[in-house]
Amino acid sequence: MEYVIEMLGIRKEFGSFVANDNITLQLKKGEIHALLGENGAGKSTLMNVLFGLYQPEAGEIKVNGKTVNITDPNVANDLGIGMVHQHFMLVENFTVTENIILGNELTKGGVIDIKDAAKKIHSLSEMYGLAVDPYAKIEDISVGMQQRVEILKTLYRGAEILIFDEPTASLTPQEIVELIQIMKRLIQEGKSIILITHKLKEIMDVSDRVTVIRKGEGIGTVITSETNPNELASLMVGRQVDFTTVKDEANPTDDALVVKNLVVTDYRGVEKVKNLNLTVRKGEILGIAGIDGNGQSELIEAITGLRKTKSGSISINGQDITNKKPRKVTETGVGHIPQDRHKHGLVLDFPIGHNIALQTYYVDPISKNGIMNYGKVSDLAQKIIREYDVRTQGEHTPARALSGGNQQKAIIGREIERNPELLIAALPTRGLDVGAIEFIHQRLIEQRDKGKAVLLLSFELDEVMNVSDRIAVIYDGQIVDTLLPKETTEQELGLLMAGQNTRENVVKQGDKENAE
Amino acid sequence: MPNRVVNILVPVISVILGLLVGAVVMLASGYDPVAGYAALWNGIFGDSYTIGETIRTITPYLLSGLAVAFAFRTGLFNIGVEGQLLVGWFAAAYVGIAFDLPMYIHLPLAIIAAAVAGGLWAFIPGLLKAKLQVHEVIVTIMMNYIALHTTNVLIRMVANGKETTAPIKETASLKSAFFESMTDFSRLHYGIFIALAMVLVMWFILEKTTTGFELKAVGFNKHASEYAGMNVNKNIILSMVISGAFAGLAGAMEALGTFQYASVKGGFTGIGFDGIAVALLGANTPLGVVFGAVLFGALKFGALNMPNAADIPVEIVSIVIALIIFFVACGYIIRYFLEKLNKKKEAK
Repeated sequence: MEYVIEMLGIRKEFGSFVANDNITLQLKKGEIHALLGENGAGKSTLMNVLFGLYQPEAGEIKVNGKTVNITDPNVANDLGIGMVHQHFMLVENFTVTENIILGNELTKGGVIDIKDAAKKIHSLSEMYGLAVDPYAKIEDISVGMQQRVEILKTLYRGAEILIFDEPTASLTPQEIVELIQIMKRLIQEGKSIILITHKLKEIMDVSDRVTVIRKGEGIGTVITSETNPNELASLMVGRQVDFTTVKDEANPTDDALVVKNLVVTDYRGVEKVKNLNLTVRKGEILGIAGIDGNGQSELIEAITGLRKTKSGSISINGQDITNKKPRKVTETGVGHIPQDRHKHGLVLDFPIGHNIALQTYYVDPISKNGIMNYGKVSDLAQKIIREYDVRTQGEHTPARALSGGNQQKAIIGREIERNPELLIAALPTRGLDVGAIEFIHQRLIEQRDKGKAVLLLSFELDEVMNVSDRIAVIYDGQIVDTLLPKETTEQELGLLMAGQNTRENVVKQGDKENAE
Repeated sequence: MPNRVVNILVPVISVILGLLVGAVVMLASGYDPVAGYAALWNGIFGDSYTIGETIRTITPYLLSGLAVAFAFRTGLFNIGVEGQLLVGWFAAAYVGIAFDLPMYIHLPLAIIAAAVAGGLWAFIPGLLKAKLQVHEVIVTIMMNYIALHTTNVLIRMVANGKETTAPIKETASLKSAFFESMTDFSRLHYGIFIALAMVLVMWFILEKTTTGFELKAVGFNKHASEYAGMNVNKNIILSMVISGAFAGLAGAMEALGTFQYASVKGGFTGIGFDGIAVALLGANTPLGVVFGAVLFGALKFGALNMPNAADIPVEIVSIVIALIIFFVACGYIIRYFLEKLNKKKEAK
């Protein structure tokens, strides 16, 4: 059996914390090997060890059968290991070619030979079916295309082994399909791939084998064709996981949130929300499906008072909240799980307990006459930590020290505890593992069943389809269609999200099928 | 090693290292470090007079340190403490000279005038920051020059063209006959109590009030604070005003305590700028500022004795004092080595 990479019994400690313990990962030539684990399980640490950013305390790394000592990323590069990062490392106003050769410029007599590099990039792009224009500027191309530039960058530098770190996190469904094709093409050409992910569906779709790690420990490696998502999930979490979101039929009643003819501009004055109409009823979850950047953020910022509207109106249970201050909006009965929990959701340097009190610190009983009662802050924090299963050493631990899932649980506890009439959940499960996702979905459904309105914004079609009672598709600042999850498909949603008039497309596709 | 021991050990080792390197500098320049440090020690603790003067020097450092630290906790860098101190000094002196009031009104009035003047002076950069996003560092630096020359003009006006005003009325003075008799007629005054009370005030605001909760939240993360319904702009302005009020009080210490008058200045006092170092030495906590101010004030005053008693030139003295403070500020380096040492021990 030929392994291109063997990581044997890797152990990595940070002080008294063991991030990786006895993990073994063996990558065969020409396979897609998934690395699966919850957030904080130690996937990134392991890959950073492979990439030379960390030195392991114990264990051995072999490349093509030979023991190597990867002391820094340059050594990894020389060994043919390339990394496609989750957050792209690209210079926005440089061209594709300039980005790829950055730090590795070919020169002729001291002058950069762009043409030669572009030619090479073009031929690489052809070879792997990437269809990248070497002269396009990064800021002008789509996210999916930018990711291909990252892939090209590693290929250009002679990578034989590619590490993909959560590659589908920011892609549309169509782009994901294309990425999977690209990965398969890379394998055909003899490359080997390590795919870091916690999306089980992708693993089932593309990988040959899966190595699971849980809480820093290597659980083992399984062959994908011999396993199923349920088994993988329980391996990853360490217990049975319920996948299908169980929920009863919704019983929507009166309108809760009513948005009428809303126009919102971004900081440059460009209209991002264009005459948008939207209604969320009590007792239902309305999911907003759409590709990032179609006005979702601006819409939510306008509802929550973080951004001024240009025209139109927003009301909650008949009370007008258009252009009201954030505190006024909160007090009218809006709970908000923000899209970016580090920027808006938490004061990371505050203890988690203070963060749990962040929306209620100014009211009785937590404060009286401007004097804080930190005893009550602790009481509230302990209650939320208990009820929402926030795993932390205690309420005095800085929010920064908690894992993403536990940070999110604390935010959700904080918002739901105030018993809001409307709960806005913007990307509530982004970057979380299946255990936490399950928990959060249940909480959202609980709110709905209590007769509250829930507005769910998500880029994940699975989530929108599973959790929402109705789906509103946003494109270019407008709700282009509202559908029932039972009566639509991911394909139809995907097309709507891409701005295609579905009725036409559906007909056309139908015709094709008929013709065939 | 338990954390508490490390926390005590770090500053102690820092000071010792600073003293050692300072000794090397004195040796290399051909002076006797033992005599030098003996002179420094005597300059600080030598007799009741020097102790009184040392505490007197510490007093304004406490307040300027608090001023910088308070703004810092809200994420603002108040470089304008010097200017706020100067306007506070002038305001206190003016009230002290211009009015005839019973002491229980006059003294508080003069003190409050200084705090208000300093607060107003800091309000301007706060407002510009909140409303127009002008960086407070630039505005406060420029406001320092405006303060220096404006107060000079005003002092000449009050002093009828002379360089120094008349002394303040006794009813506005912080002078302490009791301290004078205790400390062999040093200029130690009751201001030290005001400064220490302000340490408590800062602690109380930050740790006990909703305002403090907001100020700290805004300092750490403006976006999350705004999302949580806090008025970020209000908090920025408020933080600057409170910071400026502390600085103004530092000015009152000089006007009503140490000097009892205001005089035209050729340059800055340096107390405001040293406040930045005091605050940073004290990690921007109220108790830390006390530590920083004591270290700074004691070294600054004690150093004055080194040229006289040990014949060490002022320049060398400055280098030695700077080295000691430098090592204290670099405490994290020592922390790092202590941690390494710990690890080795554990490994064994």
